[in-house]
Amino acid sequence: MADIEHELGRELPVPAARPRPRTHGPIGWLRANLFSSLFNTFLTLIALCLLAVTIPPIIRWGLVDAVWSAPDGLACRGADGQEAGACWAFVGDKLRFILFGRFPYDEQWRPLLVVAIFVGLIVASCDRRLWGRRLVGLWLAGFVAVGVLMWGGVLGLTYVDTSLWSGLPLTLILAVVGMLFAFPLGILLALGRRSELPAVRAVCVAYIELVRGVPLITVLFMASVMLPLFLPSGLTIDKLLRAQVAFILFAAAYLAEVVRGGLQAIPQGQIEAADALGLGYWRRTRLIVLPQALAMVIPPLVNTFIGTFKDTSLVIIIGLFDLLGTVNAALADANWQGFYVEAYVFAAAIYFGFCFFMSRYSLMLEREFNQSRQH
Amino acid sequence: MIGTGLRAFFALAIAIGFGFVGPAQAGATFDKVKQAGTLVCGVNPGLAGFGQPDNQGNYKGLDIDVCKAIAAALFGDPGKVKYVPLTAQQRFTALQSGEIDILSRNTTWTLQRDTELGLNFGPVVYYDGQGFIAPKKLNVKSAKELNGATICVQPGTTTELNLADYFRANKMTFKPLVIEKLDEVVAAYFSGRCDVYTTDRSGLASTRIARAQNPDDHVILPEVISKEPLAPVVRQGDDQWNDVVRWVVYALIEAEEVGITAKNIDEKLKSEDPGIKRMLGVTPGTGKSLGLDDKWAYNAIKAVGNYGEIFERHVGKDSPLKLDRGINALWTQGGLMYAVPIR
Repeated sequence: MADIEHELGRELPVPAARPRPRTHGPIGWLRANLFSSLFNTFLTLIALCLLAVTIPPIIRWGLVDAVWSAPDGLACRGADGQEAGACWAFVGDKLRFILFGRFPYDEQWRPLLVVAIFVGLIVASCDRRLWGRRLVGLWLAGFVAVGVLMWGGVLGLTYVDTSLWSGLPLTLILAVVGMLFAFPLGILLALGRRSELPAVRAVCVAYIELVRGVPLITVLFMASVMLPLFLPSGLTIDKLLRAQVAFILFAAAYLAEVVRGGLQAIPQGQIEAADALGLGYWRRTRLIVLPQALAMVIPPLVNTFIGTFKDTSLVIIIGLFDLLGTVNAALADANWQGFYVEAYVFAAAIYFGFCFFMSRYSLMLEREFNQSRQH
Repeated sequence: MIGTGLRAFFALAIAIGFGFVGPAQAGATFDKVKQAGTLVCGVNPGLAGFGQPDNQGNYKGLDIDVCKAIAAALFGDPGKVKYVPLTAQQRFTALQSGEIDILSRNTTWTLQRDTELGLNFGPVVYYDGQGFIAPKKLNVKSAKELNGATICVQPGTTTELNLADYFRANKMTFKPLVIEKLDEVVAAYFSGRCDVYTTDRSGLASTRIARAQNPDDHVILPEVISKEPLAPVVRQGDDQWNDVVRWVVYALIEAEEVGITAKNIDEKLKSEDPGIKRMLGVTPGTGKSLGLDDKWAYNAIKAVGNYGEIFERHVGKDSPLKLDRGINALWTQGGLMYAVPIR
């Protein structure tokens, strides 16, 4: 009895346990992610201070004090000649030029439609139900439509020379066409580099190393400055075509190395199993090796694509007006001098939109393709 | 990094270019242009007043009007021009390789370009020169007082070399503040990071108008430390083509001297002045010598106006640049613009 009482007595004074820290709800999230330790709390506070210092001036510059309409640059600046806020009137005034550049003004619905087609195609590619032959058909139809709209000369559309293509449509054409052609070429180069035929291997290795060994800017320069000198006088290859080919060749070399990384990660057993099934080289590659290899290298592939997209801005040095080229040309206007920040912020927003989309798309693809390897 | 790469590459491109710049067949370019029915004109991707696309994407500027005048003289239509925007590095190869028929892109006429690159320069359409701008409160009256000054300058062009030459020749020293981007170098000057900013005087004037809080607070010093005669350029080896370019420009200058404008040109057709009658083709002859229609000068002037009109419209008082005529005035008004006799 006494023993029991003794034991009960020992149990009675147990204090009520403290409630476990909340792990869900906004407060729980804050606690878990921002204030989980002394050091993290310190970092959070520093970050908050930085945001408090930087965000209000940016909002004041970009929204509150911004000038949304003005006849020219002087009207955007106050009486003291200083810019109080962003001069979005400049971007507004130059909007059509920045987006479509030198494309004939009355025909600019055509490049607008081209941009819409590209965005539509890219969005459609996200829909898993369309994958396969239908998507390929969709892209082919899209390309034909883009070609017809840009060149014209048929269906009652006036002909527009490639030298007048500019702005956002040019950037998209260079990037999308570049990637679509560079991708298969890159796969072939990667396969060639691992080929058992010494001649094929040597050619592929030499090509990849040569192209990777020079900066893109020199490849473009070569295409636009050197190439015409080697051609017979009077024969000129379209400047846009030269730049486009340079892009494809350049991107292919980088993609080849990315794909090779995937190929090397395929276990030898897979290949032996395919051989045992009696598959030849091409069927083995198409059905067994590439699907696994490509699924593994989606992040670096998309990385290369994003890089290619941004590299298109380098065509500025060969006198093509891509999006950044039209921005720079717009900045040269004597009526609107010095609104660099506004112009570049606008261009950056467009580039960011496309690049961010690509990176989200890559995450989606990774989830789709790598489900088999998730446990 | 990119700059040096480009320069090395450019040097190589030029070196290889020599082999290909043989004397072309006489009349080759002229015939090609006539046959094509379009003039392919190399222009600046964007330089205010000289060559720059407007909001609708149409090229405008002094250099552009030279192309338009030539197209009008050739075809009677100033619209028959295909503009090829070219960077500074590309411009000469584009001309050498035949990609363009004429380069009208604020290009300075120098001996080396005229000879080694196998080019021919037409008459000067704008006499530019490097100068200095300084805040009025510095109380500097002359570039000779700039000893020890900090000077904002852009790298890579002749501007930087001219600056060094000038100070060495005058036994003065200076501290260069070298900034690549135009926007940043201008901002550096106006924020007082350097005492003086140097570039071509046309650039100084436009910067002062567009960027200074009060343009009167800044003075452009009187010294011109370099000569930058800007002229249209053609390939060597086609004298007939060179002649067309030369005489179209002279016709524009002559028109200003004798008072022909785009507006009054039709009245001037009735003029009794034998010089005007010859130039406008009322008395036939000049066209045949050039291989053109006798109306060549009439068409050119009708399309773009005389030189004075072109100047005021794009860089002078009717433009945002508001440049003075200065040495670009007619010789009769103390300038350098002088057309040789059209007869």
